[in-house]
Amino acid sequence: MIRRAGEHGLLVETGALDVSHRLDAALRADRPQGVVEVVPGPETVLVVAPGADQGRLLPRLAELLASCAEGGEPAAPGEPQDVVTIPVVYDGEDLQAVARMAGISTGEVIARHTGRELVVGWLGFAPGFAYLIGLDPVLHAPRLETPRTSVPAGSVAVAGPYSAVYPTASPGGWRLLGRTGLKVWDVAAEPPTPFRPGTRVRFEAA
Amino acid sequence: MIEVLAPGPYATVQDLGRQGYAHLGVPSSGAADAASLRLANRLVGNPEGLAGIELTFGLARLRFAAGAWVALAGAPCPVGSTARDPGMGAPFWVPEGGEVRLGSPSLGLRTYLAVRGGIAVEPVLGSRSTDSLSGLGPPPLRPGTVLPVGVVDGLGDIQVDLAPPRPPRPAVLRVLAGPRADWFVPGALAALCGGPYEVSQDSNRVGVRLRGPELARAKEGELPSEGMVTGAVQVPPSGQPIVFLTDHPPTGGYPVIAVLAEADLAVAAQLRPGDEVRFKALLPR
Repeated sequence: MIRRAGEHGLLVETGALDVSHRLDAALRADRPQGVVEVVPGPETVLVVAPGADQGRLLPRLAELLASCAEGGEPAAPGEPQDVVTIPVVYDGEDLQAVARMAGISTGEVIARHTGRELVVGWLGFAPGFAYLIGLDPVLHAPRLETPRTSVPAGSVAVAGPYSAVYPTASPGGWRLLGRTGLKVWDVAAEPPTPFRPGTRVRFEAA
Repeated sequence: MIEVLAPGPYATVQDLGRQGYAHLGVPSSGAADAASLRLANRLVGNPEGLAGIELTFGLARLRFAAGAWVALAGAPCPVGSTARDPGMGAPFWVPEGGEVRLGSPSLGLRTYLAVRGGIAVEPVLGSRSTDSLSGLGPPPLRPGTVLPVGVVDGLGDIQVDLAPPRPPRPAVLRVLAGPRADWFVPGALAALCGGPYEVSQDSNRVGVRLRGPELARAKEGELPSEGMVTGAVQVPPSGQPIVFLTDHPPTGGYPVIAVLAEADLAVAAQLRPGDEVRFKALLPR
């Protein structure tokens, strides 16, 4: 289903993240005229197109959605399929607490955090803040009851089913496992982050 | 160069914002009342998208190191200046070393100052706008901030332009049913349009927070995070709506009951705390 979001927005319901990623990739590979923003979410893709004729755009999106739902469109962005490797020093303030909650050793927390390939689901909360999905269920931990007023840039954290790297210093309630020296947000670079919806990510103990 | 002697309660550099980065979590930002920035730019012969100064509640003092053409649009403020005939909605020449002083607006919230050549701070991700949510772009203006002015060579002639008619009071915001209107009880859109709502003190460039008839949900549970448009009327669990302005987060998890007509974004951006506002439903095209 495609819902209207004002005069210039169309919210395409994909129902699933992999469909969102395929539709996002298809729209970026062959951007319909007038489209200025394509914003994938876990079950939607928002398309903002101030210059577009919605009467033409709507059937085009419906067609693309149908083919993406069948898995017919490319599975990932047209960019290189490389995995972004993130070196982590596992000395985070919450490493012990996460281990305790999971009933495992800190060493096993590290093994499980580095043991799986994660995928960028979508970005939000702050520029370059990627929600990484595919985290080992043993590491699922609730957010802090009281968020920290400042979490340093480069902090590697988990919350619920997600992991993330804080791109800039900000307040935050995620559980900190460690830190990386890899810059995941740089406004002087183009693109400013190695992450985009669909990017594959692997953590590595530094 | 323009030296900020006093920025007033809150002042930032704004152009028409950052486009094409929402999927990386970057708000669009840009002038909250883009129509007024565009007008001020046209009045000094600038392309509409050059950066100007967005003043909140006026009360600013600026000194011009070199002579410059200046125009003011948006919330009408009393203007004092070393210039001859300074005022709102018409270009005036500020001589070298001259000052422009603004009082508080008699109505509205945001006043835009455009200078011929534009404010030429370094762009970040294609825009000179301050993003109050993420901190991208130049910091808010402070006493002593110095702003470079761009080159004027090759700009168009200064022409007469029409200031738009003042919107009705109390303000009316026209809305289309939003993408998640079905998350609310059947009468909720009517309740929104039954109003009136009062603008709350904690409104800012992210959104206008309103107090009034509660908008009751039909569906419980959480909406997975989804893309948000500027002008979205988002309803958190309190049932009190928030109208998203240009610094809104690109994604959000509260349902959107309605979306403002594009033309009324400028009206929303001029609402000040304590103002009364009503919504009016538009039929879809």
